This record gives sequence, C-alpha cells and structure tokens, in this order.
Amino acid sequence: MKFMMTMIETMDDFAKRDDPTQAPAYWAAWMAYSKAIEELGVLHDAAGLQPPSTAATIRLADDKRHVQDGPFADSKEQLGGYFVVDVADLDAALELAARAPCASTGGVEVRPLLPPQEPSD
Amino acid sequence: MTGAARDPAPRENARALAERVARRSYGRLVAWLTAQFGDVTLAEDALSDAFTEALRTWPDRGPPDRPEAWLAAVARRKLLSEKRRAATAARLEPALALIEHERAAETAAGVAAAPDYRLALMAALAHPAAPAALHAPLMAQTVLGFEAADLASAHLVSPSAMAQRLVRAKRALRESGALFEMAAIAPPERLGAVLEAVYTAFGLAWNDRAPAHHGRTGQETEPPRPRGRALAEEALHLGRLIVEQQPESAEAQGLLALMLYAHARRDAQRDAAGRYIPLEAQNPTQWSAELMDEADASLARANTLPGAGRFQLEAAIQSLHAARRLADAPREPPWRAITLRYEALLNIAPSAGVITGAAAAIAKDRGAAAAMRFLDLRRDPQLERYQPYWATRAEVARRLGSREAVRAEAVRAYELAIGLTEDPAVRSFLLERQRGL
Repeated sequence: MKFMMTMIETMDDFAKRDDPTQAPAYWAAWMAYSKAIEELGVLHDAAGLQPPSTAATIRLADDKRHVQDGPFADSKEQLGGYFVVDVADLDAALELAARAPCASTGGVEVRPLLPPQEPSD
Repeated sequence: MTGAARDPAPRENARALAERVARRSYGRLVAWLTAQFGDVTLAEDALSDAFTEALRTWPDRGPPDRPEAWLAAVARRKLLSEKRRAATAARLEPALALIEHERAAETAAGVAAAPDYRLALMAALAHPAAPAALHAPLMAQTVLGFEAADLASAHLVSPSAMAQRLVRAKRALRESGALFEMAAIAPPERLGAVLEAVYTAFGLAWNDRAPAHHGRTGQETEPPRPRGRALAEEALHLGRLIVEQQPESAEAQGLLALMLYAHARRDAQRDAAGRYIPLEAQNPTQWSAELMDEADASLARANTLPGAGRFQLEAAIQSLHAARRLADAPREPPWRAITLRYEALLNIAPSAGVITGAAAAIAKDRGAAAAMRFLDLRRDPQLERYQPYWATRAEVARRLGSREAVRAEAVRAYELAIGLTEDPAVRSFLLERQRGL
C-alpha cells in the first residue's frame, strides 16, 4: 500500500539549508534518511522542495486570476519535500515517518494514496 | 453553580483530591471491579462515571473520608444498575436489589480487605484471545489509566486505530470469558507474558525521550486519569508490584533489576546542552545511586531463586556495567564477563538487541575483527531495520582501521544508523562520529 509522507519543516529548518555552520549536518541527516528508506526497499518516489519563498500561488475567483507570491497557506511550518513509500499499512508508514529529521522540528503527515483508477470504458 | 463570585477553591480541591486518588488507586479499582463483573470496559466506564460524579458532588458536599471507597461504591452501583438493565431474567432482581443497598461503608471495608487484583488483571489481559502486540497497551490502559491516544504515540500507531484495537481486544477478552477466570493470584504460566508486556512498555518509554507535557487542557469535568507520569515510571511501578505479589519469581526480580539499572542512568544520557552521551562515556556519579542499589538488591534476590532467564541475564550484564560506579572498581567494565553472559543470552533469546549488545561486547573483549565476523554470521532481516545494529556495526568497522573497504563500510553503517534514528541527539552524535572518520 502506498503512503505519502509529507515533510513539514519549520522556518528554522529552511534557514539551516544555507547556514554555513548548520547546512552540512542538515543535508547529511536528510541524505542518510533517504538512503535508509531506499535500503529498506520501500521507496517509490521522493523529492525535496526549494523554500516556500520561491513559491507562487494562483486562485481563480470571480472570473479573475489571482496570483500571489508565496505558499498556499501562510503558516510557520511549510512543505519541505515528500516521500512516497510502499509498505504494509499505516503503522509501518508511521514507523518510517518518525525517523525523518523534521519529525522533531516540524512534523510529518502520513496519508494513503488513492488506489489507481481502472479506466472506464 | 451559584454565581460568578463563588469561591473556586472547593472545586479545585476536589479536583486535586480526585487526581490524587486516580493516581494512587485507578488500576486497583479497575481490577477490583473487573474481578467482580468480568468486563473491563464496563469497569472502566463505571469508574470514569464515578470520577465525574465525584467532581460534581465533592465541591459542595465536601470530599468523603475515604474517597477510594466512595468511588468504588459509586462505580459498583453503576455497574449493578447497568447489569440490571441488561438482565432480562426477573429472578435476578431481588438479589441485585439486595446487593445494591449495601452501604458505602461496607463497600469500603470490602475494597480495603479485597485482594489486590492488578496482577491478576494483567495476567488475564495477557490472554491469547487478545493479540500479543496489544498486551502491553491493554495493561497500560486498564491498570495504569493511560489513554489510548498516549499509547498510540508510544506504539507509533494512529490514535483512532489504537482506540479501535483496544476496544476490539476487550470485547474478545469478554467473549472468551478470560476475565471471569481471574483469581487473586495470577497463574504462573501467564507471568512470562505479563513480564514481556511490562518490558515492552518500559522500552517504549525509553525511546520516548521528550519531556512529558501531559497537562490537561480538556473539559474540567472530564474524569481525571493518572496522566503526567512517564511511562517508564509506570513500568517500574508494575515491576515492583509484580515482585511484591510474586516474590519467588526470579524473572520478575530480574526484570525489575533490569529496568532499574536502565532508569538509574536516564539523566546521565544527556549533557547540559542536550547532547547524547553513550553509556561508556557517562559519568557514574550522575547515575541514581538509590535506583542502582535497588537494582542490585533485586538482582541479588533473583540470583538466590531457581529459574534464571532472559531478564535476569540482561540485568546481570547491566550490573557489570554499573559496577564502575563503586569506589574501588576498575574504570573499564569487565568485558569478558559481559561477553559470556551475552553468549548465554544468545542461546535463549537472540533478539536484535542481544545480538547488537553481544557484538559491542565482543569488540571490547576480543577485538573488532572478531566482532565483525560475529556480525557477518548473523544476517537477519530484523537487524537491517534495527538502528542500534547499524550504530554498533559502524563503531566496529571504525575500529578495524582505515583501509578503503573498511572505511566505506563504516561510512555506510553510520549513514544507516543516522537515517534510522528517531532521536535528534543521537543523530547529531552519530553525524559527528561519521565526520571524524
């Protein structure tokens, strides 16, 4: 069963990415985590995201386009990346999610993917 | 409520008292009620209702002299009326009515004189009708008053799934009649399952390093439950209770000693800045002398009893590590003696933890090459996801020297140990070790 683990990072976490003293440990922790998931043989897909300041959000309302700089929700914690893993159940996915470096700073949301739809007709 | 200006003190006092009683007697009351009615869910609900009623009536009327007895009497009355509603057979009525009119004072005497059913309840909960993985959470919930949500976090399960599993397990237990078999003395053949469950609870608490922040934020009328205490303390509490009720069990003494040794070192695992300190680098003066002494005494008693097992051996290993706190002891633990005990453990309980501990001891006793040979012989998929295995393998590989292949092995093992840890302090520690290669 496939689950997406959405990695939620704090602004502190995003700041570590470019901080010369903290960046090496930050990236090494994520590299090690990715490697562990891969070696467990459950990795389906994964990607990291650039910081929320690089985002733009569009909404269509009243027949107009509204484009804004920044992420969809203006909150202290933001999406930093995701992993899609193929594991037996939610318990197993939580077991992996707990080990993510951001689990102790921001958090990890774990959600099952919709099953692939059979094409109708 | 008689207006906004009313003195809040009686309500707060009643609440504080109810919380104290819950802390002291929750499990005992649940066990006592379950022993009489054979249904742990009903017992918990009735006790919860009784606490709610206490919060409602104690502030105005003043708390009763014997709050435990009061709660027991109210919960029992609720259970009886529940049973009566359920009982279609009219012939039960007179008997029930008679019991129902027993005075609270009589119940009080009953509770005070009643045997302590907690261990019996734990043994009943460790029945095969409930899945083995749920034995520990069932005990923690019913005997210790933990909430499903807290247990879910400790067991890394979603709270709704944990709640559902517990409800289902209790139903299965009721239908199996396991709770009606409850005797005041737990059957010895079930003791092993009880000890396993207690150790599981302790192990989970051990992983859960974060300071407990259990402050109640919910409704004031919610029944108090004994939260706010670390799961580890609770496991110790259960360990002491079992020893008290089964003083002749070597494994019960061994388990208690094992938990006490580990718990005694808890605060020494971090420095002032929150950095991780491995066992060998810990300062023994920061271990709790009191808990260590209690552990020594428990292990000494276990050693006089027949039936040495896994817990006693593990406790013996911990006692060898702990010996360096004594004034005249050598600074280095006796690695040969530790290795021998691990070898005995490998024969009876070759868990991932034992294999990993054995490798670390062999590395000290016979050298890194011997330890690596030992690890290479133990290829077990269970080990592949066990974080301490990789951390130990990394340290062993590091000591093997700086040849390219060995170094690559160390780098990889550190990487997996870093990737698999949940603990930020351990992660930082290992990142530093890896950088120092």
